[in-house]
Amino acid sequence: MINWPNFVSQLFNGLVLGALLALISSGLTIIYGTLGVLNLAHGAMFMLGGYAGYVAYTYTDSFILAVIAGSLFVMVAGVVMERVIIRHFYSRSDEDQLLVTFGIGIVMVEVVRFFFGSLSMNVPPPAALSGITSLGFMFYPTYRLALVGIIAVALLALFLVLYRTRIGMIVRAGIEDSVMVDSLGINVYRVFMVVFGIGAMAAGFAGIVNAPVVSLTPDMGDSILVQTFVVVVIGGVGSFPGAIIGGLIAGEIISITSMINPGYSYVMLFAAMTLVLVLRPHGLLGSQSRA
Amino acid sequence: MIKQRPFLVETLTAIGLILAPLILPHLGFAPNTVNRILIWGLFGIGFDILFGFTGLLSFGQSALYGTGGFVAAYLLTRAGFPHVVTALFIGMVAAAAVGYLVGLIALRRTGIYFAMITVAIAEVFYFVEFNPLAEWTGGENGLPGVPSPSFDLGFTQISFSSGWSLYGFLAFWFFIGIVIGLRIIRSPVGAVFRAIRDNPLRAAAVGHNIHSYKLTAFVIAAAYAGFAGGLLGVMQAFMPPDAFMFHTSAELIMMTAIGGTGTLFGPLVGAAVWLFLQDFLQAALGLGAAWKLVLGIIFVLLVCFLRRGIVGGIHDLYLWLTRRGESEPDAPEGVPLPLGADVTASDTPAMPPQPRATNGYDGPILQAAGLTKRYGGLVANSDIDFTVNHGEVRGIIGPNGAGKSTFFKMLTCEVPPTSGRIVFEGNDITGRNVTDVCQLGLTKSYQVNQLFSRLTVRENLIIAVLGELRGKFRLDMFRKIDNVPGLTEQVERTLAMVNLSARADTPVTALAYGEKRRLEIGLALASSPSLLLLDEPLAGMSPQERVETVKLLKSISRGRTMIVIDHDMDSLFELVERVTVLQEGRVLVEGTPEEIKGNPAVQEAYLGGVLE
Repeated sequence: MINWPNFVSQLFNGLVLGALLALISSGLTIIYGTLGVLNLAHGAMFMLGGYAGYVAYTYTDSFILAVIAGSLFVMVAGVVMERVIIRHFYSRSDEDQLLVTFGIGIVMVEVVRFFFGSLSMNVPPPAALSGITSLGFMFYPTYRLALVGIIAVALLALFLVLYRTRIGMIVRAGIEDSVMVDSLGINVYRVFMVVFGIGAMAAGFAGIVNAPVVSLTPDMGDSILVQTFVVVVIGGVGSFPGAIIGGLIAGEIISITSMINPGYSYVMLFAAMTLVLVLRPHGLLGSQSRA
Repeated sequence: MIKQRPFLVETLTAIGLILAPLILPHLGFAPNTVNRILIWGLFGIGFDILFGFTGLLSFGQSALYGTGGFVAAYLLTRAGFPHVVTALFIGMVAAAAVGYLVGLIALRRTGIYFAMITVAIAEVFYFVEFNPLAEWTGGENGLPGVPSPSFDLGFTQISFSSGWSLYGFLAFWFFIGIVIGLRIIRSPVGAVFRAIRDNPLRAAAVGHNIHSYKLTAFVIAAAYAGFAGGLLGVMQAFMPPDAFMFHTSAELIMMTAIGGTGTLFGPLVGAAVWLFLQDFLQAALGLGAAWKLVLGIIFVLLVCFLRRGIVGGIHDLYLWLTRRGESEPDAPEGVPLPLGADVTASDTPAMPPQPRATNGYDGPILQAAGLTKRYGGLVANSDIDFTVNHGEVRGIIGPNGAGKSTFFKMLTCEVPPTSGRIVFEGNDITGRNVTDVCQLGLTKSYQVNQLFSRLTVRENLIIAVLGELRGKFRLDMFRKIDNVPGLTEQVERTLAMVNLSARADTPVTALAYGEKRRLEIGLALASSPSLLLLDEPLAGMSPQERVETVKLLKSISRGRTMIVIDHDMDSLFELVERVTVLQEGRVLVEGTPEEIKGNPAVQEAYLGGVLE
């Protein structure tokens, strides 16, 4: 028999995870769409956001400041990474780009491990959002409820940047055809740097706002990265709406399967990805143009 | 590089493996470390065939390593199966079978999609091993008690238990692995792998079914991974669950990148460096867990600055040192021929198109009816009717944007027409793919060079000739490439025809533009097509190169049907018998060069109607 409160609670968990994946995947997908680089260090950036926020929190005791510090730190890290290393790889093969971002991800994880050790760290939720809330038919942690809202606001902000600003227009044009944007006299290299910063910030923000829900470990980004890939394959590479839909689908699949048997959650996720690949090889909202 | 003397590499490998136990202990290698290096090295041979030779970067090799390992370990422990070697082979077959299924899914996409899908696959296998299959795999405990191999020879019992005695067993399998790996990369299949790595589009266009070859490479890599996984269990007397972890794939990739890709030995060298540094940094320098950080930084630096890894770096250094000793060649070889040299020397044997079974068909070689191509609202070609007879040389001209290249792409089935039919030698080829059409004898030289850029001129042509001689897919993995009947002759003939015999062993990157252009034509010609399409063969050539190339094309056209697009009308009119003029996606007029020259509609199309 289905335990209804449990089921609804899992649906909510799926929504939280899905929103989180949507945000991280949006970062990954706009970076790929604009720069043509698949950032394998994206999971590490998610982790880095959590740790940077944790450090800020231990010094200031303010969750808000932790969120700001975590996001900004990862954004700066992303910009530095793009400036110093990634830009030398635009003209190199896909495989080289994968290898170098992969290596950078490992270095990030190991640096964090070096300074913080492998033990898990915790960031408590802000006092106003701690505790549990009664939804009438069940109780649910207040912060998780709030998290859906927080991420929704972040996604909305990302949407506004992408669809309502000049830089967003350039980014979307760049996803369609970066050569054309370049030849229109727009400095694509500066755009690339900004996009990498925004994409990294999305991962970092997700890392710190998610920190009260999980414990921080240096390799927490690995599984998130894998889930993000599935999201992007399902949604379609380079598609912002695809990342959101894919994220929600993946989040719900993981949560609902976990309720029945956690061991099968990845199997189901993978089955969904395979199904999409067979029926729509370019993803639900992907276009043929971006390989 | 791996050619040279027969069996040289094999012999050196055997000597190295025999000497290793005598030398390595003095360098501080424990036998256990050496054994691990061998297992990684064997695992890496397959991965290098997949990544270094075929260009497919898989992050999912741990899934296959684990599958082979756990199947073998399960047989040897829980199932009580007594024969170690047989169990290893069963594990290998299981991994290859799984690799086939995984490959079917992962190879639906290329590039980064392929990478992402393989990451996901690795993760799924790890979870499946831990949870649903925990009863069989021992879950997080793994499978302890994997026996070590021993052979009863009747008069004596040989057992390989641990340390250096197990080394003999592992070294034997590594040697077998290297011998097989070398055979594969020296076979026609290996040549096609490299072609796919360098230019998948062209590899398909010269008649190779690249999807099947990629799947082959994936299954080969899976088999190596499975066998190595089995050996891991044997070596440790325990099958650890972390074989399935993503970290296994990650370490393999990093070791291969450190050692060098495309050499087969890279992973072995990389593993040696990796494990040595791990011990050294942890024990000697007391860095503890930070060893991985150091190795990560080394990996990033190598990818940035020494992409071909240690083996590649040594190879480049060797070439640099040996080349420095030689004096510069007297004349730079890239210069075009002196004017007047007869490019099409009469001793060049004409290469007649391969007679293909045409079922007595004697109608026009090519018939297109009502061909239309729309891209959204843009009509590139509209209702084109087009017929070419056997032996004809046809020219196509038209202003830029007239739809000439789109028309060619439809004829070679690179893009499907929106409507209309294409009949080649009596076969309806509408909706077929470019590989099949090339196999039928219709191929194209591209407007923009599509060469195999990391190969030499000869190797380029070999790829194209193999497409014709071996069909679109064949698994002759153990045949030497020189033993393909007719291959050498046809490559030499093609080299002579496009006048590149003197440059046969030059890498494509060192060719002059005109030479690249001739090689481009040679690639199309090498498969002796009965209908050859040439998309702007003269584009970008100097006037002198044009003269030579027109001569070349004339000699090619003897006994062959050709369709040529070009903007150089003087050259084109000299070459062809009839001309079709396209304008705005439609056939404007068709006729002999004389008729076309005098046709007012053509003049108007080009000059915009100034006459009258």
